[in-house]
Amino acid sequence: MSEFLLEVKDLSIIYATEDGVVQALTHANVTLRQGETLGLVGETGAGKTTLARGIMRLIPDPPGKIVSGQILFDGTDLLRLPAKEMRKYRGRQISMIFQDPMTSLNPVMTVGDQIREVIMTHHPEMSRQDTKKHAENMMEMVGITSTRYGDYPHQFSGGMKQRVVIAIALAGEPRLLIADEPTTALDVTIQAQVLEMIHALKRKSNTAMLLITHDLGVVAQNCDSVAIIYAGEIVEYGTLRQVYKNVLHPYTEGLFGSVPSLEANAQRLAAIEGMMPDPTALPKGCKFVDRCKYATDRCRTESPRLLEMEDGHKARCFRYEDREVKRHG
Amino acid sequence: MKAEKTGKQQRSLWQEAWRRFKKNKSAMIGLAFFAALIVIAIATLVIDFATGNEFYQNYVINQDLTSRLKGPSMEHIFGQDEFGRDMLLRMIWAVRYSLFMGSMSIIISLIVGGILGAVSGYYGKAVDGVIMRCMDILLAIPSMLLATAIVAALGTSLVNVLIAIAISYVPTFARTVRASVLTVKDQEFIDAARAIGCHDGEIIFKYIIPNAMAPIIVQATVGLAGAILSIAGLSFLGLGIQPPTPEWGAMLSNARTYIRDAWHVTVIPGLGIMLTILALNLMGDGLRDALDPRLKD
Amino acid sequence: MAEILRVEHLQKYFPVPDGMLHAVDDVSFTIHAGKTLGVVGESGCGKSTMGRAILRLHEPTGGKVFFQGRDVLALSAQEMKELRREMQIIFQDPFASLNPRMTVSEAIAAPLIVQKLYNRRDKEGINKRVREIMDMAGLAQRLINTYPHELDGGRRQRIGIARALALNPKFVVCDEPVSALDVSIQAQILNLMQDLQDELDLTYLFITHDLSVVKYISNDILVMYLGQMVEKAPAEKLFEKPMHPYTQALLSAIPVPDPDRPMSRITMKGEITSPVNPEKGCRFAKRCPHATAACTQQDMKLTEQEPGHFVTCLRLQRGEL
Repeated sequence: MSEFLLEVKDLSIIYATEDGVVQALTHANVTLRQGETLGLVGETGAGKTTLARGIMRLIPDPPGKIVSGQILFDGTDLLRLPAKEMRKYRGRQISMIFQDPMTSLNPVMTVGDQIREVIMTHHPEMSRQDTKKHAENMMEMVGITSTRYGDYPHQFSGGMKQRVVIAIALAGEPRLLIADEPTTALDVTIQAQVLEMIHALKRKSNTAMLLITHDLGVVAQNCDSVAIIYAGEIVEYGTLRQVYKNVLHPYTEGLFGSVPSLEANAQRLAAIEGMMPDPTALPKGCKFVDRCKYATDRCRTESPRLLEMEDGHKARCFRYEDREVKRHG
Repeated sequence: MKAEKTGKQQRSLWQEAWRRFKKNKSAMIGLAFFAALIVIAIATLVIDFATGNEFYQNYVINQDLTSRLKGPSMEHIFGQDEFGRDMLLRMIWAVRYSLFMGSMSIIISLIVGGILGAVSGYYGKAVDGVIMRCMDILLAIPSMLLATAIVAALGTSLVNVLIAIAISYVPTFARTVRASVLTVKDQEFIDAARAIGCHDGEIIFKYIIPNAMAPIIVQATVGLAGAILSIAGLSFLGLGIQPPTPEWGAMLSNARTYIRDAWHVTVIPGLGIMLTILALNLMGDGLRDALDPRLKD
Repeated sequence: MAEILRVEHLQKYFPVPDGMLHAVDDVSFTIHAGKTLGVVGESGCGKSTMGRAILRLHEPTGGKVFFQGRDVLALSAQEMKELRREMQIIFQDPFASLNPRMTVSEAIAAPLIVQKLYNRRDKEGINKRVREIMDMAGLAQRLINTYPHELDGGRRQRIGIARALALNPKFVVCDEPVSALDVSIQAQILNLMQDLQDELDLTYLFITHDLSVVKYISNDILVMYLGQMVEKAPAEKLFEKPMHPYTQALLSAIPVPDPDRPMSRITMKGEITSPVNPEKGCRFAKRCPHATAACTQQDMKLTEQEPGHFVTCLRLQRGEL
């Protein structure tokens, strides 16, 4: 058995749109151990959600298509599973929390029954009484009193709805939780509560988590390792400390410069110039070349590989070639 | 995933919608059929004008009782009707009545209903309440029954038929316009317009109406189909266009006595009505899909 | 330093089926020319409504607004229209705040024409001015005939800024102008707004829920909770020494992008009070760790706790905290 719970190898996903082929994700590699949290950071259209949906095999086809790669979950390649087998993984082994709590709940079903439904599909042997009891326990666990079992989603506030969504995601006792911007729609104080709760529940059942976000603060407070993604490519990858304390890639550097600091009193933000390239017409060399202050002629013609430093910290930039670990044989 | 599109031509939302519409085959067939009807209608007007109605009198109205109810032949492709007139020519000359009266009544109800709906939606409160309750009352009466009653009361004439149909469509348009004004009214760019000092008129005409058009266009297309059907229906009942003026509904009505003897006299006008309605509905469906911003790419 | 805007006891109530929604209740402050007042609070605290009430996009229920000494709420429709040249607004959502049927140049030209600064037929004059403004907002000239739906969020927001600045206003309400943007684009827009402030001597009322943004851009910060102002202080002071229990809880909830600085969040208990027909007293009392019975028995007053540092908290005022 592999040491990793999840191993995404060389995953490439495209979208064939009217305006051309979008390289949504190019040769992505990520790994997750049991109980570990990986933060996936990037901007709109960088490919974060595509990666998450790819793992769940929920890429809308057409226009989406997984062109290459493997997704090994506990050693099984999910991409080779027949659709029926895959369904057994969704919800039970791997769950997903979506960004918008307002639209991911069924408005005409009580929240209790929505949680119970998941329990019933995963535990067909349980009696009706037991599933209800279990659903009530789940509600208590995410901090909602079980007296609200019979309430409908519209009777809950945004933060409470997101708790219900989390309860549903965790009801199947998944081994991997994919959270796609779970707190972006919430206020800071509610965000803190929800993240703390996810953290506690995760620790209790040793669930691994892929946390997708654009907020560097949320990553710092919740993740063990980080992958920075830009224009469909992972540009930097390492442990939390490696990435935050020793920034390598110019894009990561730009991201940190773009967030106003709460401690220092900067006069001006070190913003990244320009904008993301058109996904249907990506630059030939490095995807970040047009916005990079270190760009050279070589960057324009040649695509850098993801280079691995001695400590395992990886970056996709020519500037670190001399520091790359040479692997023999 | 919005990226710079420098190399491409700039397209307004209308142009985008047309591009999507063109891709819809059945909608394009509907449009082609409808366009052909318009050309035919104009052509008949031109011919009548050029020949001083002589052609119309001689070939469309003049009876030839010796060849009644003759089936389709090389000479008369659609056959001849119960008075020996050429069915093809009568079908062709009938187009303009259906089309022009249908469009006129829709335009009238669109203007009246549009204004009522826009006022109702924009100002809300009591105004809205009074207007919409009146519309509800009108809507409670089946439109065909309402039109029949109006024509029966005012007498059968082209204008009365037109008014009758227009009135029966006013509530539908008022509702559609009100609903789309309501959705547009609460958008932030309306506040933005107010912030630069636009007055109500400018806001309604420059900001609200252009953005509220999509559902109204769809409604008008589907409404036109309904109006054409209503005209045919009224004529069928003898309340619309009177013989010998060619009109599909009237033709169908007159021909129904001979349905056992000659299939073509009923089938052909019936098919004419059916195909026109079908074309308009296909167009309406296509427009709805093309104009829906949610379906954009 | 000249005072440019003074707001006194501003109120905005909305009738809702269950009663009166107190969206903004008794807010008072002044802004000096060329400065930025940041307004922070969570969703539903009334900060956006307040910005719009000042511009009379929502007619205030009560209170007074003075702009350069003139009583804004007493102006006639025509006078108000003229005043709009001086007071502008930038909206949050660059996807909803632009008319989808207008090109970039039409959107920027609209205020010039509506305010009759240019004759509708003076195509050349308008075009020249539009290009000037586009330059100022960092919009490439080739985008002049594009439609909003063809552009990305950052560019759309630049159009929003260009439209607001077309009339050369002195005062701009910025209603969450960067909240809908990606981090790297957000930084570009913040820099642009700062440059424009310096260049054109603008005064901003900057509304946001993002505490790091508000600290970065503001001179003074006003914290709102359920329609009421709870604290107002110079930006640095507020972050150094937040006084109101709500501000303290809010600041402690910000996730710091530094793995070596774990959060020590102050937990708030209970549910948020409803702003519909609120009861007397402090609206934060139900969630406040320090609340006593006295907090819900009388209406709160804003007092100057330290020079320039205003707080609405009974226990602080009594010296109990």
